[in-house]
Parts: sequence; C-alpha cells; structure tokens
Amino acid sequence: MLPQPAPKAEVLARRDSIVAGLKAILPGDGIISEPLRLKPYETDGLAAYRQVPLAVALPETTGQVAAIMAFCHREGVRVVPRGAGTSLSGGALPMVDSVVVGLMRMNRILDIDYADRCAVVQAGVTNIGITQAVAGQGFFYAPDPSSQLACMIGGNVNMNSGGAHCLRYGVTANNLLGLKVVTVDGVILDIGGAHLDAAGYDWLGLLTGSEGQLAIVTEVTVRILRSPEGARAMLAAFRSNEVAGACVDSIIASGIIPVALEFMDRPAIHACEAYANAGYPLDAEAMLIIEVEGSIAEQDFLLDRLKAICARHDPISLKVSSSAEESAAIWKGRKGAFGAVGRISPDYMCMDGTIPTSQLPHVLRRIGEMSASYNLQVANIFHAGDGNLHPLIMFDANDPASFAKAEKFGADILTLCVEVGGCLTGEHGVGVEKRDLMHVQFTETELDQQRRIKSAFDPAWLLNANKVFPLKGLSAE
Amino acid sequence: MIPTTEQGIAEAIRSAHDVSEPLAIAGRNSKQGLLRPVQAARTLSTANLTGITLYSPSELIISARAGTTLAELEAAIAAKGQHLVAEPPDFTALFGRIQPQTIAGIVASNLSGPRRVAWGAMRDHVMGVRAVNGTGETIRSGGRVLKNVTGLDLCKLLTGSHGTLAVLTEITLKVAPAPEQRATLLLRNLDATKAVAALSAALGSPYAVSAAAYLPAPLAGFIPGIGPGPVALVRIEDFAPSVTYRTERLRADLAEFASADLLDDTQSRLAWTAIRDCAPLAGMQGALWRVSVRPSRGPAVAEALEREFGAAWFLDWGGGLVWIAGPATAEAHEAVAQAATTAGGTFTLFRAPETLRAAVPVIPPEPAPLAAITRRVKAAFDPKGILNPGRLHAGL
Repeated sequence: MLPQPAPKAEVLARRDSIVAGLKAILPGDGIISEPLRLKPYETDGLAAYRQVPLAVALPETTGQVAAIMAFCHREGVRVVPRGAGTSLSGGALPMVDSVVVGLMRMNRILDIDYADRCAVVQAGVTNIGITQAVAGQGFFYAPDPSSQLACMIGGNVNMNSGGAHCLRYGVTANNLLGLKVVTVDGVILDIGGAHLDAAGYDWLGLLTGSEGQLAIVTEVTVRILRSPEGARAMLAAFRSNEVAGACVDSIIASGIIPVALEFMDRPAIHACEAYANAGYPLDAEAMLIIEVEGSIAEQDFLLDRLKAICARHDPISLKVSSSAEESAAIWKGRKGAFGAVGRISPDYMCMDGTIPTSQLPHVLRRIGEMSASYNLQVANIFHAGDGNLHPLIMFDANDPASFAKAEKFGADILTLCVEVGGCLTGEHGVGVEKRDLMHVQFTETELDQQRRIKSAFDPAWLLNANKVFPLKGLSAE
Repeated sequence: MIPTTEQGIAEAIRSAHDVSEPLAIAGRNSKQGLLRPVQAARTLSTANLTGITLYSPSELIISARAGTTLAELEAAIAAKGQHLVAEPPDFTALFGRIQPQTIAGIVASNLSGPRRVAWGAMRDHVMGVRAVNGTGETIRSGGRVLKNVTGLDLCKLLTGSHGTLAVLTEITLKVAPAPEQRATLLLRNLDATKAVAALSAALGSPYAVSAAAYLPAPLAGFIPGIGPGPVALVRIEDFAPSVTYRTERLRADLAEFASADLLDDTQSRLAWTAIRDCAPLAGMQGALWRVSVRPSRGPAVAEALEREFGAAWFLDWGGGLVWIAGPATAEAHEAVAQAATTAGGTFTLFRAPETLRAAVPVIPPEPAPLAAITRRVKAAFDPKGILNPGRLHAGL
C-alpha cells in the first residue's frame, strides 16, 4: 500500500464533533459520514490506491465551500478536493483524517458571452458540458482530455489537462481567463476575469495545474472558440517507429501544425482495432492519425501536402477519411484506447511522460526492452506533436507481484523520459502516483522552492497534503 | 554588475543577500521606464548572459540565455520559417531607448502583441526557465518539452514578475511556423462600439482571425497606408490559399458593418508592427496607460476617459486592450484606474515621469487576503526583499 502522511490522531479522535460541525454548515444530505456511503470516495481513476476519508462534503455554492474551509482550517482538518474522480494519478485520493470536498454539485453554467468569447461555469461542470452548452452557437471549449464526458472543469484546472488537440489549441492553462477560488482559511478570491493578462503576479497561471495544493477552485471563466468549418483525419501506417517518428518531424518542419497528430505503436493499433473496427492497418509497426481543419478546400490543400510528406517515408498505407463518419471511426479507436486495452488485459496502468519528439524511436526501443525484461506487455499511444507519451502497462491487479512489477516498470519509463530531456507528467499530474519520483526531475533546492510557495498559500499544509511532493518533505514541514 | 555566467549572477545575489542590499534587476534597461522606479544603488544585469543554447525547429523549441536580444532570437527562428506566437512588441522607441530588448526582459514583463487575442500571451509560450532566487539558489521549472505539468508552474509565475521573485538566466520558448501570407481587412468609418461589434464578429468567426484592432480618426493616420478616418482592422494569416478564401468570406460576413478594403502582405506587416509597438501614441507627451477589459467594454472605457481628460486612445485585442495617452497627473491616473476597475478589468501605468510612477499604484492594488499571499510568495523566493524592491507594489 502507498505510504500516506501520518494521520492526525487528535483529528480522528474528534471525528464525531467534526462531522457535527460540518453538518451544521451543510444541512440535509450535503455531508456524508456513514462508512458505506463513504466507500465510493475512497479512490479515483487510479483505482489501485484506496483510502476511505473521514467525511465527504458536497457544497452547492462558493459560500458553502468557504464555510467548510474556514471550519476545517479552525479545526486543523486536512482537505482533499475532488471533481469527478477521473484522475489517473490519484489526484483525489483521500487521507484517513481528511474531509473530501466534492465539487460535483456545483454544476451550473453561470454565464455565456459569445461577443466576448467567454463562459463562466462552476467547477463541477463537465468538460464536454461546456462545449455542449455553446455548440448551438457554433462554439466549443478547446481542451479535450479523453475523459471529457465525465471529468469536470475544476479538475481540469487543477491538473492543467490537455487532450488530443492541444498541439493547436493549447492546454487548459492557455484557455482560461479567470477563477473564483477559496483559500485554505475560507477566503473567496477572484483571480483574473473576462479580460486578458491581469497585472501583477500570474496567479491564474500558478493555480492552474497546482493539483489542489494552493486553493479550492469553485468557478472558472473559460475562453470559448468558434468551431472550425470542418475537420478531417487521415491515417498513415509505417514500417517502423523510427520512420513514423521521422515523418512527424517532417510534418512539423513543413510549417503545417495539424490540429491533432497522434501516434500509436503496433500493440496499441491491434488493441484499438479489435475494439473499434476503425480500419486501422494491422500490418503496420506504427500509425499516425493526422487531423486538419477548415473548409473542404482548405482540408484538401493541407491533406494533399501531408500525403506528399508521408509518401516520402515509405508508408504501408495512407488513407484519408472521406466522410464525417469515417473520421469519427478513426477517432473512436484512439479515444477508446484505454477501454480497448482493458479488454485484452485485466488491468493496465496509463503512464504520462513527455519526451523531446526526436527521442521517440530511442524511448520506444528502451520501453520494448523493459517490457521484455519485466515480462509485461505495453501499448504506446503518443501525442506526437507535443511529445506526450502514454505507455499503457498491462498487468494483473489480483497478483501483488504483477502490480509491483508494473509500478516499477512505470517508474523506469518516467525516469527514462526525464533522462532524455523530458518530464514525469505531461497532462495527468503528479498526484500520489509520481510523488516520490519528483526528485528524479527536481533538485531538493527546487522542491523546497515549490514547497515554500505551497506554504505561502497553505502554511499548515492542510490542502491535499498527500500529493505532489515526496512525503519526506511533508514531515519536514 | 554584469556577470557572464549564471554562477556569477548567483554569487552576486548571494553577496547582496548576505548584506541585505537591494538590487535593480535589468537586461539592457529598455524597460526601465516601466512600472515603479526601483530604489537600489546597484544594478545586476543579465545582458552578458547571451546566446541561443538549443534550437530544435521540428520540436518547436528554442532555448536562449537571458541576455540574448529578441532580435537575435527572432532572426534565428525566422531563418527556419518560424516565429514567436505572442508577437512580442518592441517598445524601445516608446521608452526612448536605443539598446535592444532582451529575451528575459520581454518574458519578465510578459508583453504580447496583437496576436495575443487569438493565440495567447508570452506566458503561454514559456516552456522552461532557469532562474536564481533572492538567496542565490538556482532553480529550474518546466523544461524543453511542449507539455509539462510536473510540479508548480513557476514558468508562469516568473513570467510577468518583473524580476521581483528571481532573476531569469535561461528561457525555453515554444515557437511555431510563421504564416506563409497575411492580409488585413479594413472597415472604415465605424464608431468604436460598432467597430468592436465587427471585431467580435470576426474573432467569433470560423476563419481564425489572428488580430483585431480599432483606431479612431485622429490616430488612423499614424498607421502606414490606411489614411484618414476611423478604421477597424482584422488580420488573417495562414497558407496563401486560406488567406484568400477567408478574407473573402469575412468580407462578406462583415458587410453588414461596412464594406472592406484589403491590405496586402507587406502593408499588413507595417500596419500591425505599428499597432504592436503602440506607434500611434509613442510620440505623445504625458502618461501612457494600458487597460485590459472584456472586449465589449473597451469603447466605453476609452470614451469615458476621452470625456474626462481628452484621452487619445486606440483599441487592440478585439477591443480588450485600450491604449490611453493623457496628462501625467494623479487625477488622470485615478480616472483610468476607476474606469478600468468599473469595467471589471485591470490597468498598468505604462509610461510616465518617475515622480508619477513613484506616487501612485501603477497596477491595481490587490485585496488584502491576496496581498498577504503576494507578500508570502515574494518572501518564498526573496526573503530579504532585495530583488527589484518596489517595482510592482510600493513596499514589496
């Protein structure tokens, strides 16, 4: 089991009075404290780690969040914020002495302004919910993590979520204008607004991706964009990872930035094709999904150039989608990759390192060697344009030895990512999963600098204290 | 002090830290006239930390030491057909300086040009930094990859912090392919409110407009080639066939506002460089402010200040960036602050005589709980307050 910070005995001893205090703030069904009803909150998208919290609070307003935070601050109770619980890094994993503050009831869209191209939404609105709310006017919210049907914007902000289209549209941080947050002691702060580039320190930028370490996000002002006239995907299949990687380099060097540029290796192609029947080439070692946008004529123009570039890399096949249905099928395979791998393995672990794209062939070769030596299968999916690699390590969670091997394999991959000039996590966050690998990427001096910033917002380390930083540092605080 | 290495920067800061000596932090001083004057006997400059350290065009990444001039970096990437997305402005003329600006200067002040409205600010393209904090420790954040959420994002915190938290020593930026062609639609004789409605329609179209500005009658003449009378400008940049197609579609879509003239590639470059560098107001006497509001509020802010003190102004960022020139008085400053705050936005006293910059809050004061966090974060980097003290806020 994952080590957790030592629970505060004096908090556990006051469980009943703390629950009573919370119930005075949120009457009705807003506070959960019965063991059976707490069970669903014990884990998130990283289901290998579980811990039932002391209680769960489900506020419906920013004012209620502020009251809960002020109460917990007074009582010295740790708090773990939670959105939809889709984190793949254990970002919502509770501690035994913590109150989980779940934002899922704060699910209202408060304002949409098409002229100024922004929307104000509560933290518990789903990612897709924003796009659905504005799609009627031809707009969308750009970041599109694979979990977008379920994941919530508050979680997206905290993890700085990406998606398949961030090569063109950027990640969450690039699509935000403002936040309403509650500090650890229950003060409500407005950061940014509907305007660009607030003066002073970039609190919006610092809070985005801070994994719930600094404040609780309750409202988000997002940029909304007008949808392009259309989009179309093409598939290019290659004889080796090296050749596909070289093709990615040629595409970027040509001056074309596709809206998406996705790479799948042979195991990923086979798993996804069995699941989605998307017409993926089963004889290929590597495959690219390349998507462009614009009018039909603009799509044709770009796809013709892309086909010519791919043709220089000895492709096995090139297939341009001829209809919206075909494009949807191509994406269904990619977006369903996790489910697809789930069908061929009882369990899998999704890694999330980023590497310089030039290092792809080397990294995939090393991952292949590790796969053989650990005797665990791995399928690789890669946001090729931006270097974000998702190896899916397959294992059997019922076998503790298999799980331990998978964890070690994953850590080796991430260490490799850092060694070749990349980083531990491109879009899933550090969470608990990569907490103890932070020293691979950062010096102790650098971690201390980050810890001091955390302390500036949260002097007693009550906010999500079991995440991001190696536990050693926590006991030092 | 102008060290030639990061280690030299660190040693200089450690020494200053040991004796609690405040330091003014600079590159080539091109932005000395920005924000509050710093009271420090000595200046620590990064001007001698120069050179591009990594450029990988196919990975859209360039790294350079802090004192590398923006011109050198832009020339290097232009040679590979790439550019900086945020279109950083050149305010050397605006501030009456000769020395070219450095890459760290433009990042430390997070200054972005017209493309900001569509594709993000400088801070959105800073992928990695090396810096020395106020105790002389070297810290890194981010890296040389485009996607990175490992740890707190100090790249964003340090970008725009004006050297008050740490001294940037090396910066990694995301670059992008430069467009093959650009063109600009001109919509003439619209009042500010109608013009911003037209700019909003353009920015809200599927045609990937990359810049949108409005110049009222007295200032339009400062932009090469667009002549007298108020004018709204809408830029398209992309591959040549796309530019042709989209300008025609936009021209049709915007016909309800005005019939549109077209600036070709060369004319577009000239016009948007002038707007980017605030050329229409650069020669004005007195003070200069930048106000950032939601775009639809831009005209009301500008016109209120025109009534209040005869402000000269123009709009960029689709109406959301209001450049304002007026008298360098505390009263005019108060009026600007009031107008920006009432519109839910923010302001910067961008250029003014030192006496005014020292006397008023040059950016909006933060509410007390946030100001307390600001003080603690400042102390987390610079416990003795020796880096550019007072540059952003008095007493900090």
